[in-house]
Amino acid sequence: MSDHPSTYSPKTGIEKWLDARLPILRLAYDSFVDYPTPKNLNYWWTFGGILSLCLGIQIITGVILAMHYVPHVDHAFDSLERIRRDVNGGWMIQFIHSNGASMFFFAVYIHMFRGLYYGSYKAPREVLWLLGCVIYFLMIATAFMGYVLPWGQMSYYGAVVITNLIGAIPLVGPSILTWLQGGFSVDQPTLNRFFSLHYLLPFVIAGVVVLHIWALHVCGQNNPTGVEIKSKEDTVPFTPYATVKDGVGMILFLMLFSVFVFFMPDALGHADNYVKANPLQTPAHIVPEWYMLPFYAILRAIPDKLIGVIAMFAAIAVIFALPWLDTSKVKSMRYRPVMRWFFVLFVITCCLLGWCGGQLPEDLVFQLGADSHGTAIGLKVVTLSQILTAYYFSFFLIIMPWIGLKEDPLPVPASISEAVLADHSKH
Amino acid sequence: MVSEPVNGTVEGHDDPSRRDFIYIAAGAAAVGAAAATAIPLIGQMNPAADTLALASIEYDVSKVPEGGQVVVKWRGKPLFVRHRTAKEIQEAQTADVSGFRDPQPDADRVKKGKEQYLILVGVCTHLGCVPNMGGSEFGGWFCPCHGSDYDTSGRIRKGPAPKNLEVPEYAFISDTKIKVG
Repeated sequence: MSDHPSTYSPKTGIEKWLDARLPILRLAYDSFVDYPTPKNLNYWWTFGGILSLCLGIQIITGVILAMHYVPHVDHAFDSLERIRRDVNGGWMIQFIHSNGASMFFFAVYIHMFRGLYYGSYKAPREVLWLLGCVIYFLMIATAFMGYVLPWGQMSYYGAVVITNLIGAIPLVGPSILTWLQGGFSVDQPTLNRFFSLHYLLPFVIAGVVVLHIWALHVCGQNNPTGVEIKSKEDTVPFTPYATVKDGVGMILFLMLFSVFVFFMPDALGHADNYVKANPLQTPAHIVPEWYMLPFYAILRAIPDKLIGVIAMFAAIAVIFALPWLDTSKVKSMRYRPVMRWFFVLFVITCCLLGWCGGQLPEDLVFQLGADSHGTAIGLKVVTLSQILTAYYFSFFLIIMPWIGLKEDPLPVPASISEAVLADHSKH
Repeated sequence: MVSEPVNGTVEGHDDPSRRDFIYIAAGAAAVGAAAATAIPLIGQMNPAADTLALASIEYDVSKVPEGGQVVVKWRGKPLFVRHRTAKEIQEAQTADVSGFRDPQPDADRVKKGKEQYLILVGVCTHLGCVPNMGGSEFGGWFCPCHGSDYDTSGRIRKGPAPKNLEVPEYAFISDTKIKVG
């Protein structure tokens, strides 16, 4: 926390010399060694460190891939195959990078749901939350442009569908679309600029991550009780306690990561992306990567093009507004007996929306019977998507403000220390 | 600087309004310069001259058999050249357009005397996928992405697309040859 006095004392001559000129070792020591962390942090809190690891992995493998990749419509697809087959260790680096995107999103979704459950977005951490939302938005943009680069069929039609969303804007939409694509369709100029931006944005993300950690260190970390740090009794030093716990989390995470990279590298991809982009033939069923599917389902749930696009962007925008939509005085849902059930329902809704996004809209979720022509009737995917979309927005816009006012929260412990001791005496 | 009480009417002393003017003028010039610099930086993303140069093509429509379709690339997009059968033309002409989402008679979508040839930009007006010939309830095109269904005149009949398939600007330059764009 910002009021935590620096305890760094330079020992050697060179450390003293540097400390008087650029106190960077002092900053590192105060932020990552002696920094007071709540002593009750659970494993859900290790995902912040895991996400930094993900960003590092993506940047290192990405810089290497850029040494071999050719951003040209005639060569991009072949250069990817060359990386996989001929470049020394290229197959591994490419699979780490492509699966790394999925692992990154997997970790960020857990990190976001953790923040949602324990009220980490509530005062005084609103700016911390907003910066996190900015990072998430930049991640979506970066991942989307990265997915276009292999120039397979899914890459190409993903780029077509997403850029055409801009065309839904009345009046100026088509001109902006041409400007964005650099031509009258997704083509060489589009691929080339996506490559440029895909290389740039991770460094922008890294910059916002620095702000995110700065904001975190101003307010201090939230914790499972949602009660702020009150005395030294409530904390332990970041090193070794948090560093070691984060390390355990990272190792477990890297094990999962390795399962995908080494044993099922294409499990999260699409076979169609091993077919070179063909602007004259759309694949029969196009879907985005799994981490975008819930938003894709929201887009398709609404029959009107413009409103569908607005709803999809609103689904992301509403996350930014969360700190001002929650009216509850209690941070952690551990002490919110009603809200936590709506939270569970929300997590299920997001997963089901993801499932819907991967199906054809007119397909049936389950069959109820058949009409006079023998055609199966039942709950359509598009209808389920509409119900889930309604809950998604209700959760933020109605349930959050309303339950916060109506609910009787459970008694909150006086301090972190008290909660930890009470928990120990139970066992 | 002289640190006497400022008397605005005496020459040689700092006049607050004059100083403000310099601030505003300098600030405005800087903003103007920044905006002027931004124009080419943003404009470079618009289609380049070589992209615009590939704007028109010629095609001999007699190569398309009756009931068939040829897909030609035009401005990076697929162009459908369809030779319609008599039945398809009749369906397109007799359909009651008043209930359509984007009502347009078939006559406005083909050249007079050349009703058998339908020239369309093969890009779904929903989100830009390429609709397939076949699979349509109305004998036209069906988009595999989000289920938009077009009839034998390329008009939207079902699904999320807001508009009919676009008819590009084209002309018959001989009996069988068209120039598009």
